[in-house]
Amino acid sequence: MTWTTLTALLSHWRRNGLQFFALISGLALATALWSGVQAINAEARASYDAAAATLGEGQFGQLLPRTGNRIDQATYIALRRSGWQVSPVLEGRIDTTQGRVRIVGLDPLTAPGNVAPVGMQEGTSLDDFLTRGVLFAATDVADQLENAVSQRIVTDPSAAPGVALTDIGVAQDLLDAQGTLSRLILAPEQPMGRPDLAAITPDLVLQPAQDAGADRLTDSFHLNLTAFGLLSFAVGIFIVHGTISLAFEQRRGMVRTLRALGVPLGRLIGLMIAELVLFALIAGAIGVALGYVIAAVLLPNVAATLQGLYGASVAGTLQLRAEWWLSGMAIAVVGTGLAAAGALWKIAHMPLLSSARPRAWAVASGATARRLGAVAGLLFLVGVGIEIRGKGLALGFVLLACMLIGAALLLPLVLRGAVTLADRQARSVVWQWFWADTRQQVPGMSLALMALLLATAANVGVTTMVSSFRVTFVDFLDQRLAPELFISAEDAAQSPDLEAFLIDNAREVLPLLSVETEIAGVPSDLFGARVGPTYRNNWVFVAETPEVWDRVARGEAAVVSEQLARRAGLWTGDAVAVAPGLSLPIAAVVADYGNPLGQALIDEAVFSDLYPDRVPTRFGVRTDDAAGLREKLVERVGLSDAAIIDQARIKAFSLEVFERTFTVTGALNVLTLAVAAFAILMSLLTLASLRVPQLAPAWALGMTRRRLGRLELLRAVVLAFVTTVLAIPLGLLLAWVLLSYVNVEAFGWKLPMYVFPGHYALLTVFALLAAALAALWPALRLARTPPSDLLKVFANDR
Amino acid sequence: MVVLPCQAAAQGFAGLGSDAEGFAVPQPDYAFDFPQDHGPHPDFRIEWWYLTANLNGPDGTAYGVQWTLFRSALAPETREGWSDPQIWFAHAALTTSRRHMVAERIARGGIGQAGVTVDPFEAWIDDWRMAGPGLDDLSVTATGTEFAYDLSLQATRPLVFHGQNGFSVKSAQGQASYYYSQPFYDVSGTLTLPQGPVEVTGSAWLDREWSSQPLADTQSGWDWFSLSFDSGEKLMGFRLREEKDAFYTSATWIAPDGTTTAYSDGAFTARPLNSHMVAGRQVPVDWAVKLPAKGVDVTVKALNPDAWMSVSVPYWEGPVTVDGSHGGRGYLEMTGYE
Repeated sequence: MTWTTLTALLSHWRRNGLQFFALISGLALATALWSGVQAINAEARASYDAAAATLGEGQFGQLLPRTGNRIDQATYIALRRSGWQVSPVLEGRIDTTQGRVRIVGLDPLTAPGNVAPVGMQEGTSLDDFLTRGVLFAATDVADQLENAVSQRIVTDPSAAPGVALTDIGVAQDLLDAQGTLSRLILAPEQPMGRPDLAAITPDLVLQPAQDAGADRLTDSFHLNLTAFGLLSFAVGIFIVHGTISLAFEQRRGMVRTLRALGVPLGRLIGLMIAELVLFALIAGAIGVALGYVIAAVLLPNVAATLQGLYGASVAGTLQLRAEWWLSGMAIAVVGTGLAAAGALWKIAHMPLLSSARPRAWAVASGATARRLGAVAGLLFLVGVGIEIRGKGLALGFVLLACMLIGAALLLPLVLRGAVTLADRQARSVVWQWFWADTRQQVPGMSLALMALLLATAANVGVTTMVSSFRVTFVDFLDQRLAPELFISAEDAAQSPDLEAFLIDNAREVLPLLSVETEIAGVPSDLFGARVGPTYRNNWVFVAETPEVWDRVARGEAAVVSEQLARRAGLWTGDAVAVAPGLSLPIAAVVADYGNPLGQALIDEAVFSDLYPDRVPTRFGVRTDDAAGLREKLVERVGLSDAAIIDQARIKAFSLEVFERTFTVTGALNVLTLAVAAFAILMSLLTLASLRVPQLAPAWALGMTRRRLGRLELLRAVVLAFVTTVLAIPLGLLLAWVLLSYVNVEAFGWKLPMYVFPGHYALLTVFALLAAALAALWPALRLARTPPSDLLKVFANDR
Repeated sequence: MVVLPCQAAAQGFAGLGSDAEGFAVPQPDYAFDFPQDHGPHPDFRIEWWYLTANLNGPDGTAYGVQWTLFRSALAPETREGWSDPQIWFAHAALTTSRRHMVAERIARGGIGQAGVTVDPFEAWIDDWRMAGPGLDDLSVTATGTEFAYDLSLQATRPLVFHGQNGFSVKSAQGQASYYYSQPFYDVSGTLTLPQGPVEVTGSAWLDREWSSQPLADTQSGWDWFSLSFDSGEKLMGFRLREEKDAFYTSATWIAPDGTTTAYSDGAFTARPLNSHMVAGRQVPVDWAVKLPAKGVDVTVKALNPDAWMSVSVPYWEGPVTVDGSHGGRGYLEMTGYE
């Protein structure tokens, strides 16, 4: 009996192929976007781990050549023989037919900690690595090196992206750099009593280990992506919910028959669940495959963005990792479960012999719409409550969810309202019929339109946020990068001479004095500033009191960054303890985008009193002749070219990177909108069969099928328009929440919001176009319905 | 950290029981040639310059010092530069009854970071040195993160050869090594401890050994004793632990004038008395050592039971005191305890 029941249930899908297609493809698309995003995130995370581990960058102190980029190997030996525990590294690039590959040579015997976690796989012994020469690289790099080197290449997926690792001797041969090294890594534990570095060699400088601050910055990027994935998935689930509900409705008669034949309810429900799980797995698998494709296409862009923006290295090729494809499958099954829960519940509580008459399904009547509206109102209230009182990132996302779901639930009510309003204006019969028919259509189209609402609102919200960020960021860069040149002295001894030289040759010299400390419990940088025209004219504050710079110059006040102020719960007028024993009132709060640490600024003189032995080694310089000053510095002071950084270059670079970041967001935007359009298409197609009895009377009264088809198209566009009109304010609200709540909770700084009406207008046009395209095919089909089908309606009078 | 380089099928402690494929194998009746043989023998797989010293501070506190340089070959040859298959590593330790401090160094051959030259004699790795005009007059230095030492050694007798004229057999199957020692050093120098420098005097024992397969594939490790009795005699004995609780022992009795008597398997016995948990292992730290042929029946006790060498391939090594038929002190090394 089980088998018979199952085949009966499945036969429904055979007869309604379109519904089946809608179900599978909706779920597959949703899963595809989710797993695509997760794949990108997983790949990035793996790359960060590999890079941090393999190259020890930032983890250990390093000895670098003072000039040029090579160290003599004899220096390494001299250091080791005097007790310094250092490990050699040689880096360089070699040319291959497919571009340049970065080669890193290490000495596995002296490398500290996990610097070389290169897997010594089967068949690779230390002997091979050290003496015969083996290169370890990820797959794509291995392919590039295939014919360029004579040594054996072992593919190791855990190797850092973009590099091939090998023994230092082999690297020296490959790079034609015998007897030289690039840098020396300092082991964390050094023996006692070793001589000073300068006593052994004057050619090296010590660079201490750095904190990996890139982590928090890249986190924001990945958060962005994940939020998108989740949104896309939610939109996709709407399609699934619609299809499942329709299918269940249409099978009510079958269910009644089966139960009347004696199939136990439990078994029936069980089989339905099994059927759904099977579909979820199939759709999930397709979705994961699609997600792989999406991620593979987007990944190089993401990698380039992260490299440029944060200096973080991400592999440009994608690997199948269990974490994301498993999560994709899991979420497909869970999503289907959620979508079907309501329908299963109804089936379970259906009276045994209930009527099998078909009826318009889902959100059926005005009463239901009002009920949903009430729920929506409740959600909004909760949202407002969170906004006023809530703290914490999780609540921020709950707030967003409340808003979005609330708006989605409100949509049918709004649509009905709009249609009723239009109906009252209608004079001709056709239009009255049109609006009445539209009102009857609203429940059926609701879910698809909710999907469109969410997609459009997300688009508006995220684009507003991004564009606001861009505008603000440009202003911010202008403010902070006011000096034309940034100059680094080689060491503290050179600083006073350099400063004197600069004062003679530049318009304004801004020594960058800073110390890492903790202020009000927040890890921060304390800066000593030389208050002058640059600060006075360029800096813009989030909040300020009168005479900010005068007070700071007199040593009576401090300026703090927004992150510090928010995290410490301080604002202008409050006192902040900038150092043990010194508390100053806050004269102004300044924005500091993207910085995970706090910042406080006091006058240079006060700073020198607190930290007398701190000498500035970096200077910002205002000058009208940047090129000339640069030349003078290189020739007369003897600074290396790399010690002078030119502001215009940094700014251009930052902006370029910024643009690329949002290419990815833009792509995801388009995809989400496409999914929503697909949802509309599917609803219309699915409902097409139900439309025939409703259109037949109109046709019988003389409206041509063509006209009916055009009206169908118009209807879709009108409904989409109403949805978009609601979506824009929703999107703006979304942007505002993101900028002033979520961003503050996540990163500690608030962004001002700017509106871009032009973009919204464009978006409306796109949404309408998408709806029109989606409605085109169903309208055409309708226009071509054979008259016999329309006549049959009257014959089988329902 | 990198594991001791070993062939694909590593056996025994530190892979020393693996086959000697390609490497030279010690032969009986080898004619030693000095100072050449004080230097490295690259065609043999493993070699060491092993110094242990029993020292006393001005207040009588007992100290133990170890300085060992190992040479391990990946192939039986030398090459110039980084591709040299000779790997050097060294262990230094300073032991008191309360503290045991260890340091390790690893280096590639071929680039000048480590090596041994014979004329004048110098064995070095990084900043650790054992150098002198010759093996009779050495200066030994080493540094760790918390300790350092600088010792001068003067030999008072000629070299001592173990086994049959320096051919020391390790198992019934015939695995052997070339093995000689200089056990008669007078030492003076300075130890730098965390609490400050200490002037010390005492005696030291240098072992020189090289082979390609010092363990048979059935042997899991060894226990080695170097004992200096108050009467002036010295005893070197070791016990190789085989499967099924069998042992292979060997010993050398060294008279005060430097003449030696070799004892083959069975003459020397060592039986653990107490064990101690250190580094997650149960290691015997008190022993009953017997050499009936010379009337030796002594108890050997570790000065510091926690003398575990926490290095890449760990083992136990520390100074010991001797009581019983003879009194004295010495050094104990135990390898292969898991």
